[in-house]
Amino acid sequence: MTAPQRVSYRMESTLESVNKAEEMADQIASQAGMDEDTRGGISMAVREAMINAILHGNAYDPAKRVNLTFEQNGEELIVIVADQGEGFVPDEVPDPLAPENLLKQSGRGIFLMRAFMDEVRFRKLNPGTEITLIKRLQSSELDRQEAST
Amino acid sequence: MSMKASTRQVDGVTIVDLSGRITLGEGSVVLRDTVKDLLGKGQKKILLNLGDVSYIDSSGIGELVSAFTSVRNQGGDLKLLNLTKKVHDLLQITKLYTVFDVKDDEAVAIAAFGK
Repeated sequence: MTAPQRVSYRMESTLESVNKAEEMADQIASQAGMDEDTRGGISMAVREAMINAILHGNAYDPAKRVNLTFEQNGEELIVIVADQGEGFVPDEVPDPLAPENLLKQSGRGIFLMRAFMDEVRFRKLNPGTEITLIKRLQSSELDRQEAST
Repeated sequence: MSMKASTRQVDGVTIVDLSGRITLGEGSVVLRDTVKDLLGKGQKKILLNLGDVSYIDSSGIGELVSAFTSVRNQGGDLKLLNLTKKVHDLLQITKLYTVFDVKDDEAVAIAAFGK
């Protein structure tokens, strides 16, 4: 089993940070031995969490930052995105799949995170919101990791 | 990578060939401005060719939905052409695949707009 690895970044509240985080997620998922489809899902979930933090949380405020952490413990890939915004109640976000919401322009980010990750957790900070995205590694991915170490 | 949009006319239908990523920021804005411009010129039969669109995020999905409702509200029609697997899967899981009229053949798509 590989040793736990954790790396954190303090990101500016810009669109550039969203794109950077997405690229980093793809690289880290690739290093974890994940296939292209799984990598695409993880990087999309990370992109959506970053959009949530920067657009809805920090509202592009240059004085506010987003903390982005990637952690790999050999069994799971964990991504933590924490903003310094007003915070929100995830359960109050309307279901984007409900017929009356299908044609709404926004409100699909959390749904997409949940669709592509095994687990998505929200925690209220003071101030801000922390989103934890978890993807469990499959046995074939663990085999690939072992082979490359 | 930025998004590009070019338009052409076939049998009264405006085909918008899109390439790149439809994501928060430039990609979404290009799509929004293109559709707004077409509606402003009275071109209400719009076929979005997504064959070279490699990626769409929630903002891009929102922009597609917004384009669809804008065109419909003005009495027009907007259809999608040539979805990549990624975009197809994304529209499936968001239940939008059945909302949009999706085609994989340009001639069939144009004929479907009717006269």
